[in-house]
Amino acid sequence: MILGHPNAKPFMKTVNRVTLSRPTMTAEKKRDVFSGMPTPSSPKRSGRRVYMVAGGVTKFAKAHPGMDFRLMAKRSFDQARAAVPNLTLNMIDGTRISYFSDHFTRQLKASSMVQDYLGLNPRGSVRIEWGGATGGENIQAAYEAVASGRMDVCVATGFETMSRVPTWKGNEFIALASDTNFDFPLGGFYTGYYALMVQRHIYEYVRRKKFAHITDEREAQRKAIEYGTKVMAMVSVKNHKNALTNPYAQYPKDLNVNDVLSSEMVSYPLTREQICTMSDGAATVILTSEERAKELADDAVLIKGVGCGTDTMRLADRPFGKVILMPHEKASDYADLDYPGVHSFRAGRAAGMEAYGHAGITNPNKELDFIELHDAYSSSEIQTYEDLGLCKYGEGYDFVESGAPFLKGVDYGFPTPKAGAIPVNPSGGLIACGHPVGATGIMQGVFALWQLQGRIGEKFGSPRLQIPHARRGAIHSHAGTGSAVTVTIMESTKQR
Amino acid sequence: MAERKLFKSSKFQEVNAAIKKDGAAIFVDKEGHENLIIDNPYAIRYIHSYAEDSPFFLGLAQGKLLGTKCGPCNYVFATPRGNCQFCGEPTTWVDLPLRGRVHTWTTCHFGGEAFLKETPYNLAMIEFDGANSVLLARLKDCKEEEIYVGMPVEARFNPKPQYSITDVWFVPADTDSPKARRK
Repeated sequence: MILGHPNAKPFMKTVNRVTLSRPTMTAEKKRDVFSGMPTPSSPKRSGRRVYMVAGGVTKFAKAHPGMDFRLMAKRSFDQARAAVPNLTLNMIDGTRISYFSDHFTRQLKASSMVQDYLGLNPRGSVRIEWGGATGGENIQAAYEAVASGRMDVCVATGFETMSRVPTWKGNEFIALASDTNFDFPLGGFYTGYYALMVQRHIYEYVRRKKFAHITDEREAQRKAIEYGTKVMAMVSVKNHKNALTNPYAQYPKDLNVNDVLSSEMVSYPLTREQICTMSDGAATVILTSEERAKELADDAVLIKGVGCGTDTMRLADRPFGKVILMPHEKASDYADLDYPGVHSFRAGRAAGMEAYGHAGITNPNKELDFIELHDAYSSSEIQTYEDLGLCKYGEGYDFVESGAPFLKGVDYGFPTPKAGAIPVNPSGGLIACGHPVGATGIMQGVFALWQLQGRIGEKFGSPRLQIPHARRGAIHSHAGTGSAVTVTIMESTKQR
Repeated sequence: MAERKLFKSSKFQEVNAAIKKDGAAIFVDKEGHENLIIDNPYAIRYIHSYAEDSPFFLGLAQGKLLGTKCGPCNYVFATPRGNCQFCGEPTTWVDLPLRGRVHTWTTCHFGGEAFLKETPYNLAMIEFDGANSVLLARLKDCKEEEIYVGMPVEARFNPKPQYSITDVWFVPADTDSPKARRK
């Protein structure tokens, strides 16, 4: 099996370099200011308890030419309502409605039309948009509406119709969510940005650690990329195979590592099967106060914690400072690391820490049963394990090889000794489910709700993806190059 | 009035091809509904101001690479910004060296639609001595398998400036690289 780039040729010549490549940064300058956030130690004033009582999602597809955005949103809303038959329209206090790009709909104020189509005028509503994290932000906006006491029942609906333009025009639209002075004119291509990030991640953590003994720099880097991409392909295999029994997924596939690596090269080292696709789809969740939750459902799920972080739009602006430490880490673990650089998502770390602090979680591996994680790229799933503290920075590849994020009882075609420890993307994630941006984060909420209600078998028509005794899960939504990330912790309230 | 005969199919790709030719076609979905689909082109001229970033792009036209510096933070931004991201104070313009190193890189085999004709192209983030952040640019005159993190590179400028970030690109600075030597 040939790993790494299918056209990889031997390097032209030997380069002996042992000095580190990094921007000029003296110890004096590496101050806490560059890590950029206070440690979230103080208890949150979290307001009223908020519950998710129901969810609905359309099948995600390359194109739904028979449904416009209004009808897709309505279908997901109707599915959510069907799960709580005692919820009448007049009990709904308002909505939060999300979509990412007006370019895709070519209909401004599409949210107003959805509000109308759901039959919810003249209640309060607002559009939520925050790049790829749009759906996650929407759920948190609905959470805030209920937690604050402004609403007792808030509907969070999101959608995207990306099939209205050809794929590469769509890529151009997405890349308009990068700096149009300095970034967009270089290629208008988000996959390129993520490839840049994972190349540096591989350099920092594979070349400099696993392959530190190799003195020929280019040989070491080539071997590091081969190894890194092989592990990234394992993530792609996991998510595609998980989705085989998810009827809502766009691209369930029975793949092996070689299939992933030998698929078309898009932006080195990311191949097509390691990248989520564009999709049409919509999703809805219904959030309520405790009182309403008791009236409507006997298996409502508590929103236990919310967190959100941000970072610079331009990758080039990311600072090279100190790691924002989680309880399982010491400053001495990272004496030689500049953070976040372009290799890690500081926004993801910030969002995770806020959400864990809010939910009272100190060890996510022990205190979470699963995570629906924004895997727009196989690489960003690995980078995010580290941000969310499932392992230390630099251990993401080992974490995959340990099998911890895989489902127990599924044959992935390679050993997964710790399978079931903390399944990540049991639904198949973005890579297999698709990524209709405004709906994606809400889709994660729907799947997490069904996991925590023990309803995966009922909803998917197969119990294969149900995590036994799932009590607490996290959903993670992520905007372009990690410029914004949300983490929401959900907890079941019913003994099963 | 004669009825215009529209192409009808349950295959979206066929419908998509038909609307390009005829301007309209009918897609029959799984439920049997007939959905009328039309071609709807969209072109627009934008008036894009570089505003406070203008000196950088004017500098490229003169073969200069400009960064900005925050005095109080003693921090040099290789991708210039008018205000410091740490303290918010205004920055001042500084010259960057024309030589640097590859901080990270990729080769794009696809891109946004407008850039497909340029594929494959290399992107690299460039680090400079004396700068604290990096600059994203195209990397030319080298093949995918020749690029590595830490590779010394030097700037080239478009002699016919288009006033775009693409007015600057980098090439290998290795003295033994035949292409770099030719420049």
